Amino acid sequence: MEVLKQIIENINYIGALALFVIGLYTVVTHSNLIKRIIGINIMGTGVFYFFVSIGNVVGGNPPIVDLDNGNLIYINPLPSGLILTGIVVVVSITVYSLSLVVRIYETYGTIDQDEIAKIIDQETFDD
Amino acid sequence: MDDIILRTISRLIIPFIEIYGVFIILHGHVSPGGGFSGGAILGTSLILYTLVFGVEKAQKKFSHKVSDIAESGGILWFILIGLVGIFVTGYFLTNINAGFPIGEPGLLLSAGMIPLLMIGIGIKVASTMITLFHTVIEEAHHGSA
Amino acid sequence: MKKSVILLIFFALFILLVSSLFTMPIENSVFAPSYNATTRYYIENSVRETGAINLVAALITDYRAFDTLGETVVLFTSIVAVVSILRVSKKTKGV
Repeated sequence: MEVLKQIIENINYIGALALFVIGLYTVVTHSNLIKRIIGINIMGTGVFYFFVSIGNVVGGNPPIVDLDNGNLIYINPLPSGLILTGIVVVVSITVYSLSLVVRIYETYGTIDQDEIAKIIDQETFDD
Repeated sequence: MDDIILRTISRLIIPFIEIYGVFIILHGHVSPGGGFSGGAILGTSLILYTLVFGVEKAQKKFSHKVSDIAESGGILWFILIGLVGIFVTGYFLTNINAGFPIGEPGLLLSAGMIPLLMIGIGIKVASTMITLFHTVIEEAHHGSA
Repeated sequence: MKKSVILLIFFALFILLVSSLFTMPIENSVFAPSYNATTRYYIENSVRETGAINLVAALITDYRAFDTLGETVVLFTSIVAVVSILRVSKKTKGV
């Protein structure tokens, strides 16, 4: 019962870890490059969710100061502010890797990593 | 995508999305939001325009020349505001001590340089999203043709 | 067969992460270690020092504005990288 209570109280952390593991599973098991990029995005979402959860305070208010009422408890604004940097970085690496995939498709005609490896092997074998 | 329902609805809804984005950017210091979220909303409205009306028409609305100016202008505006602090107090990006008016907290005209920086960030994020989308989709367009 | 082994490994990783989670100081209260003196300083003084009632806005564009400048530089760099990969080929298609 104690374990169940702890799990329910910290369900957002467990959800964040589940997102991270799902993303890692997608990156490792799929050979389609687009699916791998989606996996990296899911992993990033898990990390952001974990980071923002740290700043939460049970019963706290959003960090917009109420000037009429001075005795409110506010949640921690620091993780929310810092995670904006992470979101920007994930957007940047997503677009960069997508453009690399476009180039790979133009060169090899496929976006499956195993087939690309086969084509490269064939080329080195022919030489 | 040539569909009359899509075209009519987007033509109706895109101005409201853009007004909402500008509202989020300008009220960044008194309500939830700010440059990043508002810029993302603005960029999304133009991505919707590109998806519905095609790349050629969207290029006329937001050409590469405009996006180049917006890209560099966002960062240069940010650094310019920071340089005011360096000339007045000797520290980069100083807010109240550098002479920006603090105003009355809670009103729209307050908080010194924060709304100015938010405008710069909003322009930068919006033009970045549009330019990245246009670049990738143009490449696909040319590759298939 | 191979797929179920991989699934089992990842499930074990998930159990490991969750069990190590409960050794971390993660209680969501004002007594948590993350709610430290810096946070209290920002909450108490940011309206007086910056005039912005949105604490996150005061944080990212006043106290840590240099960090935000770095963020915009990251966006700029990503644009330069993507354009250098994609837009070059149109002019040099024959090469």
